[in-house]
Amino acid sequence: MNTKKISTVVYALLLLALVLAPFFGAYPVFVMKLMCFALFAAAFNLLLGFTGLLSFGHAAFLGGSAYVAGHAIKVWGLTPELGLIAGTLTGALLGWVFGVLAIRRQGIYFAMITLALAQMMFFVALQAKFTGGEDGLQGVPRGKLFGVIDLSNDLTMYYVALVIVVAAFLLIVRTIHSPFGQVLKGIKENEPRALSLGYDVSRFKLLAFVISAALSGLAGSLKTLVLGFATLSDVHWTASGQVILMTLVGGLGTLSGPLVGSAVVVLLENKIGELGNFLARITTVEWFNTLGESVTMVTGLIFVICVLAFRKGIMGEIIAFIDRRRAK
Amino acid sequence: MNISLPALLSQLLLGLVNGSFYAILSLGLAVIFGLLNVINFAHGALFMLGAVLTWMAMEYFGINYWVMLIAAPVVIGIFGVLIERLLLRWIYKLDHLYGLLLTLGLTLLIEGVFRSVYGVSGLPYDAPDALSSATDLGFMVLPNYRAWVVVASLVVCFATWYVIEKTRLGAYLRAGTENPRLVEAFGVNVPLMITLTYAFGCALAAFAGVLAAPVIQVSPLMGQNLIIVVFAVVVIGGMGSIMGAILTGLGLGVIEGLTKVFYPEASSTVVFVIMVIVLLIRPAGLFGKEK
Repeated sequence: MNTKKISTVVYALLLLALVLAPFFGAYPVFVMKLMCFALFAAAFNLLLGFTGLLSFGHAAFLGGSAYVAGHAIKVWGLTPELGLIAGTLTGALLGWVFGVLAIRRQGIYFAMITLALAQMMFFVALQAKFTGGEDGLQGVPRGKLFGVIDLSNDLTMYYVALVIVVAAFLLIVRTIHSPFGQVLKGIKENEPRALSLGYDVSRFKLLAFVISAALSGLAGSLKTLVLGFATLSDVHWTASGQVILMTLVGGLGTLSGPLVGSAVVVLLENKIGELGNFLARITTVEWFNTLGESVTMVTGLIFVICVLAFRKGIMGEIIAFIDRRRAK
Repeated sequence: MNISLPALLSQLLLGLVNGSFYAILSLGLAVIFGLLNVINFAHGALFMLGAVLTWMAMEYFGINYWVMLIAAPVVIGIFGVLIERLLLRWIYKLDHLYGLLLTLGLTLLIEGVFRSVYGVSGLPYDAPDALSSATDLGFMVLPNYRAWVVVASLVVCFATWYVIEKTRLGAYLRAGTENPRLVEAFGVNVPLMITLTYAFGCALAAFAGVLAAPVIQVSPLMGQNLIIVVFAVVVIGGMGSIMGAILTGLGLGVIEGLTKVFYPEASSTVVFVIMVIVLLIRPAGLFGKEK
């Protein structure tokens, strides 16, 4: 069996598992949250892993779209699909603005500019009336999809979310394998070469940035629809850091990496309290009981370890392992 | 619009105080980036460490402000040596985004540790007795401590500028920034120079932290928002020039202070707005040499 066949089988099994998950006791809202972050990380990876641009401002697209979609559905009374479209367009628009500004500088400045712009968005969200400031935007109704399908049922919402996330993921796969995606790869590997081959590098970067931001916006609006609220934590810079970590843990520049990485990071953040209690019980070190309150500490530690010793990430290591086996 | 002169001047001074912190921090970032090619995200956390150490010394050992003004930068400088020797050393050959990510991880780790011990609320710290009063200048009342912060920062900034631009040691440093391999061939111990430069940048951040302890509320998260503003300052000024970093930092602090008087709602975003304008007009930054 060649690699392509293996990965097709694995993806099919993953999809089957997701379709059946609610019947095996998985809590639908939690799995939906996971899927939103998986989409967010996959969209981010399109930029970092396949174009070589480190954006430190993706929280602005996730959070900004979450607010707009929530506001559109709650206050303007739009149907869910229109709310999602409004959120996605917000992501695209913000992405275009960020991109136009940040692409004027290279390398490390790019990351600093996107971080600063996202911080500006954070302060806007903190002060604007419609975001609800510190309280966030609460009580967003799920409504009826196309005015017909009632989404207030968790199971219905689950399958709608699954379809949306899978479609968006397929779009990312298609983008990467398209001629456009090949040019992005060329830019990542050697920007001056791509430039001298006659490609308008800035335009390609900008388009990649807008696609990534739009899909992050879709993830953010879907999250609002599922959970019924949008809060400041989505626009805070730590959310940008989190998506970088997900991608890094899963494997930069691999298709499946962000999916695995987001699952690992979200599960870790949710379960770290229990893990701490468990460690406290077996080691009788009282301090471990407080681990649940120190998520950032653990996140930081994982970052350091990943950068120093585990740069390929989980899927990157697995792919490298399979390649080594094949070479023998 | 009716604004009294004393109110305007006191905001201006507060702006200069913030500007001093921007100047010291962006100076440190620029020096470190020049030689190490690493953007030190941990600068905000080191600034916080300087302030929290000062608070801890007073709280637990009764050690006063003036001792910490020297001791905190030394301790953090040594901490910087450890970071550089144990962690940063391994990633110089990689793309410099890894430097940013590694120091981001360090930041989360350091802040997380202090957050789990002290929480997020402020730790009160009083200005030293000698500077706690205020001087009446006739047209305004000048709080002595704030004036001290500005003077001390300016002295440190210009001393750094002098050492880097005008001395032999500084010449080695500038040469190392241009071409480390060539400098090494002349018999200069470049790895040692890199370690000391990083330690010096960290010490500068801690010095700013000590200065900030009585004026900005001491808390484990005090460095977070500051470092992002400092990034914007660095984008505006460009990292090519030491004097540029100092002037940009001070100038933006003043502009931020004035915004607080005339349009308070925009005071937290004004630096970012200026960054956008600079990117549109002069993409390389005001003093920029693109690397």
